[in-house]
Amino acid sequence: MMTTKVLEFTNVSFHYQATNASKPTAIFKQVDWHVNEGEFVSIIGPSGYGKSTLFRLVTGLENPDSGEISLNGEVTEKRLGKVGYMPQQDLLMPWRTILENVRLPLELQGSTPSSDEIIQLLADFGLPGEENAYPGNLSGGMRQRVSFLRTILTGSTIFLLDEPFSALDAITRLTMQEWLIDQWQKLDKTIVFITHDIDEALFLSDRIFVLAEKPVQTIREVIVPLSRPRTMRDLARPELIELKEQLISELRSEARL
Amino acid sequence: MKNITSYSWSLLFVVILLGLWEISARLYDKSFLFPSPSAILIRLWELKAELFIHHLPPTALTILIGLSISIIIGSTLAIAMYSKKPIEQAFYPILIASQTIPVIALAPIFVLWFGYSIWSKVAVTVLITFFPITVSVFDGLRSSDKNLRELMLTMGASAKDIFYKLDLPSALPSFFSGLKVAVTLSVIGAAIGEWLGAQAGLGYFSRRMMTQFDSAAVFAPIVLLSAVGIMFFLLVVVLEKHFLQWRNHQ
Repeated sequence: MMTTKVLEFTNVSFHYQATNASKPTAIFKQVDWHVNEGEFVSIIGPSGYGKSTLFRLVTGLENPDSGEISLNGEVTEKRLGKVGYMPQQDLLMPWRTILENVRLPLELQGSTPSSDEIIQLLADFGLPGEENAYPGNLSGGMRQRVSFLRTILTGSTIFLLDEPFSALDAITRLTMQEWLIDQWQKLDKTIVFITHDIDEALFLSDRIFVLAEKPVQTIREVIVPLSRPRTMRDLARPELIELKEQLISELRSEARL
Repeated sequence: MKNITSYSWSLLFVVILLGLWEISARLYDKSFLFPSPSAILIRLWELKAELFIHHLPPTALTILIGLSISIIIGSTLAIAMYSKKPIEQAFYPILIASQTIPVIALAPIFVLWFGYSIWSKVAVTVLITFFPITVSVFDGLRSSDKNLRELMLTMGASAKDIFYKLDLPSALPSFFSGLKVAVTLSVIGAAIGEWLGAQAGLGYFSRRMMTQFDSAAVFAPIVLLSAVGIMFFLLVVVLEKHFLQWRNHQ
């Protein structure tokens, strides 16, 4: 079977405009990068090395200075509304119930979904009977699940997840990682995941991309040598420990600069 | 039960104050200058027909019309300032400067313009209540979450979507805070308006009684005025609770 590139950067350059407080900063310089259909990939790198900028470019919140961004094999200049984005904070609207929050992307597309379908989806997501609750009633892990469901209902084929579990405690985080893999396998969609936790990246991804230069000229690719299904125990294998050490030293040498 | 206990301290304090007032008024014993609380209540009871039927309705109407106009003008101006930067730059400084104008000193001109009709009192009420409403709506709109705004953009939201689904709901809590301030000010506005010229109204009646050295009758309509203020305030609290139900789920 031929693999299709669901997301592709060709020769992309981008810099932030100078403001009163800062000089113009080049983030990407002629970068080529792609993600295949149905893949789970992670992006790691120290803070300020363009992880979030990469997402802003993909979603269309920013446009490249030069180069092209393709979605599903076509160069797409207007990308707003075409890629599902899940932010770091859950960003649920506190004045809307869970049902109304999840419905938001569908409302924006002008469709009127039946409540029953969404209630069923909430139950599938481990949130049965919570449709009339407000975000303030739910725990952090539950809110992230609501936020993920909202992202899925954008109907996109590609989902960008920006450190979604960074605010959760260690145990909840572990459960959520396993849950996410489960959902990803059921949905058969492409996920791009930002994290600064190397273990998390190794456990979840098919490939890991490292952003470790300023400005970024090449995005280094690391293939995770693990088959699925995986368990946390797999991360204790000698070759993975070696890979992890290598990634840590790579990021650390950059972070020192 | 919880409500009763949380108010019990302020209630106790009020009772003590009233007690001290009652005692000192009786010791001083010049009721035409310094009436006791009990004398005011008795006078209120004696004047009840005249006050409730003749003077309360015009004052309540002034407050209601004044507040409604303030809400419409204030919210419209706030939304315009929020949507268009030049409008903000043109109006915001004037808005702040307008608050340094002593409104009470301006009030006589309204009598000149609108005569002794209800509109001169409404104008005074509008002039002092539209500021808190404008500022609170404007600040509320500005407080809408920028990250949420970007998230909605990635979902393909239009400017209209963002205004109705994000900005307006975000401004609602702040709007109600402003409205609470405006409600208390509106009572003052209506009373001042009536001092300057009226044929009826609680403020007018209070001032008329002053010229007759009937100080208990000066206080009686003031007690009613403050009751009206409290009623309107509580009404706003009820509306706020209804529209911001989600706040109980924090």
